[in-house]
Amino acid sequence: MFQIVKKEQLNSAVTRMEVEAPFIAKKAKAGQFIIFRIDSHGERVPLTIADTDAQRGTVTIIFQAVGRSTKMLAQMNEGDFLADFVGPLGKATELEGYKRACVIGGGVGNAIAYPSAKALYNMDCEVDVIAGFRSKDIVILEDDFKKVCNHLYITTDDGTYGEKGFVTNKLQELIDAGNQYDLVIAIGPIPMMKFVSKVTEPYGIKTLVSLNPIMIDGTGMCGGCRVSVGGEIKFACVDGPDFDGHLVDYDELMKRNTFYKEQERHDAEHCRLLNQTV
Amino acid sequence: MPNMAPKKVPMPEQEPDVRNHNFEEVAQGYTEKMAVEEATRCLNCKNKPCVSGCPVNVRIPEFIAKVAEGNFAEAYKIVTSTNALPAICGRVCPQENQCEGKCVRGIKGEPVAIGRLERFVADWYMANCTEKAKRPQSNGHKVAIIGAGPAGLSCAGSLAQKGFEVTIFEAFHTAGGVLVYGIPEFRLPKEKVVAKEIEKLKELGVNIMTDMVMGKVLSIDELFDEMGFEAVFVGTGAGLPNFMKIPGEDLLGVYSANEYLTRINLMKAYQEGYDTPISHCDDIAVVGGGNVAMDAARCAKRMGAKNVYIVYRRSMDELPARAEEVHHAMEEGIEFRLLTNPVQILGDENGVVRAIECVKMELGEPDASGRRRPVPVEGSNFEIPVESVIMSIGTSPNPLIRSTTPGLEANRHGCLVADDHAATTREGVFAGGDAVTGAATVILAMGAGKTAAESIEQYILSKQN
Ligand SMILES: Cc1cc2nc3c(=O)[nH]c(=O)nc-3n(C[C@H](O)[C@H](O)[C@H](O)COP(=O)(O)OP(=O)(O)OC[C@H]3O[C@@H](n4cnc5c(N)ncnc54)[C@H](O)[C@@H]3O)c2cc1C
Ligand SMILES: Cc1cc2nc3c(=O)[nH]c(=O)nc-3n(C[C@H](O)[C@H](O)[C@H](O)COP(=O)(O)OP(=O)(O)OC[C@H]3O[C@@H](n4cnc5c(N)ncnc54)[C@H](O)[C@@H]3O)c2cc1C
Ligand code: SF4
Ligand code: SF4
Ligand code: FES
Ligand SMILES: [Mg+2]
Repeated sequence: MFQIVKKEQLNSAVTRMEVEAPFIAKKAKAGQFIIFRIDSHGERVPLTIADTDAQRGTVTIIFQAVGRSTKMLAQMNEGDFLADFVGPLGKATELEGYKRACVIGGGVGNAIAYPSAKALYNMDCEVDVIAGFRSKDIVILEDDFKKVCNHLYITTDDGTYGEKGFVTNKLQELIDAGNQYDLVIAIGPIPMMKFVSKVTEPYGIKTLVSLNPIMIDGTGMCGGCRVSVGGEIKFACVDGPDFDGHLVDYDELMKRNTFYKEQERHDAEHCRLLNQTV
Repeated sequence: MPNMAPKKVPMPEQEPDVRNHNFEEVAQGYTEKMAVEEATRCLNCKNKPCVSGCPVNVRIPEFIAKVAEGNFAEAYKIVTSTNALPAICGRVCPQENQCEGKCVRGIKGEPVAIGRLERFVADWYMANCTEKAKRPQSNGHKVAIIGAGPAGLSCAGSLAQKGFEVTIFEAFHTAGGVLVYGIPEFRLPKEKVVAKEIEKLKELGVNIMTDMVMGKVLSIDELFDEMGFEAVFVGTGAGLPNFMKIPGEDLLGVYSANEYLTRINLMKAYQEGYDTPISHCDDIAVVGGGNVAMDAARCAKRMGAKNVYIVYRRSMDELPARAEEVHHAMEEGIEFRLLTNPVQILGDENGVVRAIECVKMELGEPDASGRRRPVPVEGSNFEIPVESVIMSIGTSPNPLIRSTTPGLEANRHGCLVADDHAATTREGVFAGGDAVTGAATVILAMGAGKTAAESIEQYILSKQN
């Protein structure tokens, strides 16, 4: 059992939690993830490790309540216990040796991008962050990002905060202005990662994306998380979740992620914890 | 005078058309009367050929003699003197190739139903004796076991009995390995059998830490250097699924057998009230011919599929699955498409499987394995309309441990290198089960765990002197 020691609402749909998991806290690196299970009847759900505190033995997760499991998780409170919390899974993002990076997050993807920005910044890399959101009311992590980058650019699709437009517009603008990145990290909705990769491809800028296929075990034993990268089958949980953005088959991933849509829609309506329709 | 009936006392079973709609156990077990009657078929042979066929040398004629006398408690003691998990082995051992394959009664007629009797004895004991195992006095030596499958569990049990302080580190949230995620409930009940056997280990003092993906959360070096373990046993199995690398394996509805079975068995997708989703469809093809393929096909039937096909490239004679499972699958209405090999999986406009395209095969010259090699018949391609395909064409060991443990060698198939005493190429590290042999059997994994326990005891005690 793993205790939730801190809970904080970042916006109406995104929650930050700190969970006591000392072994994981000691080992985790940027880019790795955990899998949690609410209770004995829960499914196994992956979430990125947003931060760790080895001293206190805690792991931070930031998640958006989108369906059954994440909605139930959002209902839980400080002091409650999760049945399972396993990690650190996946490969750490390879961040060594870069001088100038642009880290791009889209929506809750910013939570996944944050640890990479922080790690790069602490390795004396010059870091620009482009944090994109649909609208002002869902902006998260602004203060956190400020502490771990040289420039923070916030964009909103509707222009209600920061600059109006998509992260790809801002990235193109920064490249056009002469910024020479040797690494771009893009994490967010699949179309966003696809289009960021399209922007960087002509310049040959190394681009890493973090893929989020449906997973169960997270250790390479089910193959459910397979993605096509450069024409080869990869298991995202062990070979990734980071991959070369220029080689990923995004359309396939998008299709695969919809496989259980019907069942998930149905599931999301009834909350076992509250025993009521939500 | 022994009972000279040529056939085994039949096993009570659920009717095929009933059981293929539920997940309850197919074979319901002997009654005391049936067990005694079957036991009297044993000739108590002097040279005990049956025992030589059992990888852990269960003292077969001795325990069967006790069953014949109606002394089931004593029979249990004899069985468990060499086999820690009899309720499991009695159910899933491929007895026809092992103990029963060597039984002299099998020469004319059917062999003695050794497996069924072993199961009976274990079930009887669980139902009638609630006495807890006595926790032995600790000898102060700490041993770590990685993986809670049959290999790890049996190694843990043997060491705990000798007073070692044993901790099992298991990646999944439940201990049992393939026994809980692979082999389905209707062949091996999880709560009634597997969980009870594991409970007994805990009574012996074995500490089981679940949710620990070793190699990620802790390395073998840390177990030695920081946590004070004196030896490590690696029983991580062969859980990595293979795919055929044919076009269409990325389509929606293509599963590895591991994924399909894990969703059903471990995550209980077949039961109301569990969150894990699974696809439900009318027509489904399972590619492969082993136990795993039979289990996937029989699960698919129970999940409501109307037509379930086993697609296998060789013929009936080469099917690697246990005879009993093939027989059960046929009774349950699984259709066998033999001498048939998939060439691609076809999808509809939404990327969902709509058919599997196959080619007919014929058997040519024997290959390295001694089996006749299947060769495709030119131009014989045809489609089987299905909405889902389950790939069950084998697994290989997970590289997590070997890639994070300096000095631990593996062969070119990824199997850990270990000698007859289960010692690996790294001092203090022992290994056994599927992680060493590749996908094999429960009883071989248990045997390896036991051998390793003996080696670990010797290793630790010799280091002390
Ligand atoms: C490596 C990785 C890291 C992730 N990190 C984060 C994170 O830090 N914050 C965050 O908010 N989200 C993250 N996600 C996504 C998160 O796992 C899904 O939002 C979550 O599984 C949804 O489950 P649900 O039951 O709440 O919703 P559902 O309604 O069941 O699912 C909504 C959608 O989420 C996806 N999904 C469903 N089940 C799974 C599953 N078992 N595994 C993976 N995806 C699934 C599917 O595309 C599905 O259509 C990550 C995913 C992966 C693979
Ligand atoms: C569907 C199916 C049906 C089968 N039917 C039969 C049958 O009828 N009869 C028979 O005799 N055999 C059968 N087998 C084969 C048999 O189950 C295996 O040979 C046996 O389970 C191997 O035991 P093991 O302990 O070596 O490995 P496993 O049972 O695979 O257990 C390995 C354990 O190690 C854990 N693990 C792996 N990596 C790590 C890590 N890095 N850290 C921590 N833990 C880890 C795994 O989660 C797992 O729990 C079947 C196999 C399958 C898949
Ligand atoms: S353990 Fe398996 S092989 Fe040995 S006697 Fe029992 S059923 Fe037969
Ligand atoms: S070979 Fe058969 S008949 Fe002989 S002792 Fe063994 S089980 Fe009994
Ligand atoms: S989640 Fe099962 S192999 Fe990746
Ligand atoms: Mg869900």
